[in-house]
Amino acid sequence: MSGPDVRHAVEPLLEVRGLIAELDTPAGVARAVDGLDFEVRAGETMALLGESGCGKSMTAGALMRLLPDVGYIAGGSVKLAGRELTTLTEAQMRESRGSDMAMIFQEPATSLNPVLTVLQQIGEVLATHRGLRGAPARARALELLNAVGIPDAARRLDEYPFQFSGGMKQRVMIAMALAGEPRLLIADEPTTALDVTIQAQVLDLLARLQRERGMAVLLITHDLGVVARMAHHIGVMYAGQLIEQAPRAAFFTRPAHPYSKLLFDALPDAARHGRGELATIPGSVPPLTTAFTGCRFADRCPQAWSRCHDEAPAWHEAGEAQRVRCHLYDPAEAARAVPLAAVASQVAADDRLPRAQAPLLSVRDLKVHFPIRRGVLQRVVGQVRAVDGVSLDIRPGRTLALVGESGCGKTTVGKAILRLIEPTDGSVSLDGQDVGSLSRSALRSLRARMQMVFQDPYGSLNPRMRVGEIIGEGMGALQQGGDGVAVARLLEQVGLRADMADRYPHEFSGGQRQRIAIARSLAVQPALIVCDEPTSALDVSVQAQILNLLGRLQRDMGLAYLFITHNIAVVEHLAHDVAVMYLGRIVEIGSVDQVLGAPRHPYTKALLSAVPRADLDAATLPQKLAGDLPSPADPPSGCHFHPRCPRAQARCGTDAPVLEGRDGRQAVACWFAD
Amino acid sequence: MDFKPLLLWSDILLWAMVAGCVALAFYCRRQDYLRRAWRRVGESGVAMSSATILAAFVSVGLLDSLHYQPRLPAQEGSTEAQYAPEVLSALDALVADLRLNKEKTYSAPLATHAFAKETMERDGVQTRDYPRLKWGGAHLEDVAGRDSDLARRAASGAFYGLLLWAAVVGVAVGLMALARGAPYGATCRTVWQPGTAATRPIAWRAVFATLAVLSVIGGITAAWAAGYHVFGTDKVGQDVLYLSLKSVRTALLIGTLTTLVTLPLAVALGLIAGFRGGWWDDAIQYLYTVLNSIPGVLLIAAMVLMMQVVIDTHPEWFETAAERADARLLALCFILGLTSWTGLCRLLRAETLKLRELDYVQAARAFGVGDARIMARHILPNLMHIVLIALVMDFSGLVLSEAVLSYIGIGVDSSMNSFGTMINAARLELSREPVVWWSLAAAFVLMLALVLAANLFADAVRDAFDPRFQWRARRVVKKVAA
Repeated sequence: MSGPDVRHAVEPLLEVRGLIAELDTPAGVARAVDGLDFEVRAGETMALLGESGCGKSMTAGALMRLLPDVGYIAGGSVKLAGRELTTLTEAQMRESRGSDMAMIFQEPATSLNPVLTVLQQIGEVLATHRGLRGAPARARALELLNAVGIPDAARRLDEYPFQFSGGMKQRVMIAMALAGEPRLLIADEPTTALDVTIQAQVLDLLARLQRERGMAVLLITHDLGVVARMAHHIGVMYAGQLIEQAPRAAFFTRPAHPYSKLLFDALPDAARHGRGELATIPGSVPPLTTAFTGCRFADRCPQAWSRCHDEAPAWHEAGEAQRVRCHLYDPAEAARAVPLAAVASQVAADDRLPRAQAPLLSVRDLKVHFPIRRGVLQRVVGQVRAVDGVSLDIRPGRTLALVGESGCGKTTVGKAILRLIEPTDGSVSLDGQDVGSLSRSALRSLRARMQMVFQDPYGSLNPRMRVGEIIGEGMGALQQGGDGVAVARLLEQVGLRADMADRYPHEFSGGQRQRIAIARSLAVQPALIVCDEPTSALDVSVQAQILNLLGRLQRDMGLAYLFITHNIAVVEHLAHDVAVMYLGRIVEIGSVDQVLGAPRHPYTKALLSAVPRADLDAATLPQKLAGDLPSPADPPSGCHFHPRCPRAQARCGTDAPVLEGRDGRQAVACWFAD
Repeated sequence: MDFKPLLLWSDILLWAMVAGCVALAFYCRRQDYLRRAWRRVGESGVAMSSATILAAFVSVGLLDSLHYQPRLPAQEGSTEAQYAPEVLSALDALVADLRLNKEKTYSAPLATHAFAKETMERDGVQTRDYPRLKWGGAHLEDVAGRDSDLARRAASGAFYGLLLWAAVVGVAVGLMALARGAPYGATCRTVWQPGTAATRPIAWRAVFATLAVLSVIGGITAAWAAGYHVFGTDKVGQDVLYLSLKSVRTALLIGTLTTLVTLPLAVALGLIAGFRGGWWDDAIQYLYTVLNSIPGVLLIAAMVLMMQVVIDTHPEWFETAAERADARLLALCFILGLTSWTGLCRLLRAETLKLRELDYVQAARAFGVGDARIMARHILPNLMHIVLIALVMDFSGLVLSEAVLSYIGIGVDSSMNSFGTMINAARLELSREPVVWWSLAAAFVLMLALVLAANLFADAVRDAFDPRFQWRARRVVKKVAA
């Protein structure tokens, strides 16, 4: 690294030079990390940003020397505080892991051992790296749990991981990582599996711990919002290489690489609200087994020219301490350095339909309770009130977004509407026809009117069936034909090629699979599609493609969507109306401008402020929400939200507020709403 | 005609299974995921080696499943053809020497003299000595020349074995070259040096190496068997090598036919229990828990003894002794199947419970697809890898349990050759002094080879069908120059 930079005053803690890591796959040798150069200083957070399949996690694995069986480090050097790590023996490396550097993983549920208590797991680290056993270890573990903000830590030390919620598990994970007092903490997507309110808590915790301890943090993430909140310095990875390095301020004001720019444009947000098309990056990350000749991004880059395909770009300066691997910034190509054209395809006039139209779907007081059975005779001892009295309307051609944290019952609402789960009480009517009272055979004909798109594009397609069979299945089941012509037409409608019908799902990327799932639900020509987090498993650029597709289909075919999501940015982009759910009940419902622009319920406010924004104003202090979602098996009395509510008063604990709107404002269920 | 073909019930079932396997192979070729998984099996040297050994066993078993009754010499004044009551197989015809050349009683492997002394008359004097065998080494003028004769026969046997091997491999490589459209020499090289090709090739090298070993051993055995009893003879003077070869069919039948009973039970009940849940699930779970709690051997013994009574009281059902023994074998398969479906059923139920919550099953239900169709199209294909793995793994267990059951006397008919009956006979032989060890040893060696090959093959199949399957890195981690 060169360039005049004050940061050079401090010696870097972690110094990575020309790191190459390879995977020996059946498809050939994949170079997952190719010549990485970066450094992290003590007390600083370096963020590695990129889509899945770019080699971010492999980088972390290579640093820790924890690569999968088929992986190995093929070159380069990793220096931690001046000590070369790649040449250490495995025994020396084991000592280094945990004490010099520690790692926290994406999925807190699977990275803790379910049969050991928290104390045993933290104690293991303390015994190995600090030589602490018995009472001193317990005292230290207690300190650590207090440091990561676990209430009632003394008692919780002897509990098992299943007794902790997701956010608490991640805190335990962080405590374990801190136990060896590492100088470098590698956080691999630490909050991706968590809800936004919990994510905000964990990110704050990480930032505080870093300040207190002067740790260096290597943050691996795909979320620009998290980066904006946490990082001091950013490295953008693409196909195994770093393609841009910049300090936070420079990156968020002037992203240099076309890929970085497109990542920002692909983010749905309120600024482009009005259902315009998002910028998309065509195609997907090339497989890492490719032998690259030119720029790796050239095939997807709107500004690429012949040189990009023939010659790999070198590092060029793009501003103070900002470097980019792109020919556009070559001083010799100065004439080309025009800014990326703004996304032109703004869809003109708003296509809102007249509001007076009769609702397509009408849900009244829907309840889904799951009985809790105990004992030999399986007696019912309680009810999990997953959905507890939900009412909503969707008019044709409009989108209602159902927002809430995981566990609040939003997916159950979607499935109960389709009668994939039998509702306990309440009514669902589609086109005035009561879905709940239909017999099995009558229900079948109504199935064509409403369909569902699922969250996980990997789990929603049968791996043993060809794409054509998958799409044709619904048509066949509902006696609508299902011949090759219809399948081909549907595939083209969702932006795939007709000849893909003969392939199997595993040959497709996540985004393509979600397109296939959408084609499957379109096959029976529904009027309503329940979209259950259809983009949460996808990368930002692919998410934009799917959102655009859903928007286009709505305009062309007049579809209504019930859009279940926890991603507020997607809601702003796509929805007409929003319903916010908390613990089985809707707490606020209204048009998207009303609810997101002027939220009335304290929960909605907290939820909105917890969302990390991909801009520099992220510094505004979010209104923090303490604690976790209570169990729906034993919900708090009165208003379900009152134990976490900053405004709660005595009345909230006894009487449940009803959902009502006044003066043309959105309906809200709160005694003390704005 | 000199013989009358006879199809025993077990023959019909066995050949039907062979046809089924061929059909399945064609089905696998068309199904992409199955083809890839089987290709991974083919890429493993161990798997291909053991498959070759299994194939050798299977071909012995299949040869032994072509039954016929030979025609008796025409009687005076009768024009009607008479057929012997004795049922023979193609294998019997091939190794007629072994079958027909019996001794009086025990003789050690490759012996020229009997195992026990006999009183005989020599030069007019009554002496007790070991008599020369009727067939084993009978061609030798001088007994002292036995070792050199054995060595000579071994050398020529190995030579002919290798010759045969070379011919087979030559033709096989030729066919491969034809199929790939590559020159012969290049094909030879790729077969022998798979090297660092980008895709892992089928492990033909392992097949050919195993074939080489098998042909040499086979050649030597054949050459010796032409003049000696290679594994000795048993109490009634039957050649033990012949008995062992005949036992292979029994072992294979038990190992495969039983699955015809277990499979439908386990798959149907497991699917229904997992998919329907509720009362169905409870009932099926109680059923297999109860079945599992009854000591298996006890249940089998009770059923076998009852079945034996039925067979004994209805001699008119069977024309020949072979048919009776065959019926008893099938009944044993049936009984073993009834008691051994529970493990697979439990596995399938658990997997179905998981699968039915998956989104693609939910999606199918959202289309109003019927339950039966969901089970057949969405759940069953995703269970097949478990079924397949269980089948291959169960095979060796069933072969071993036949041996155990025959040993305690509730296995196959005593007139039927099986490893179990050989071991049962060895019970008395081992208590003799000096010990008669060869029956047990022969059964042991062949069973070990069969079961070990089956187990190694099962391992490879399980690995190949494991969704988390990963090749280990071929290249050694390079030391990085700091």
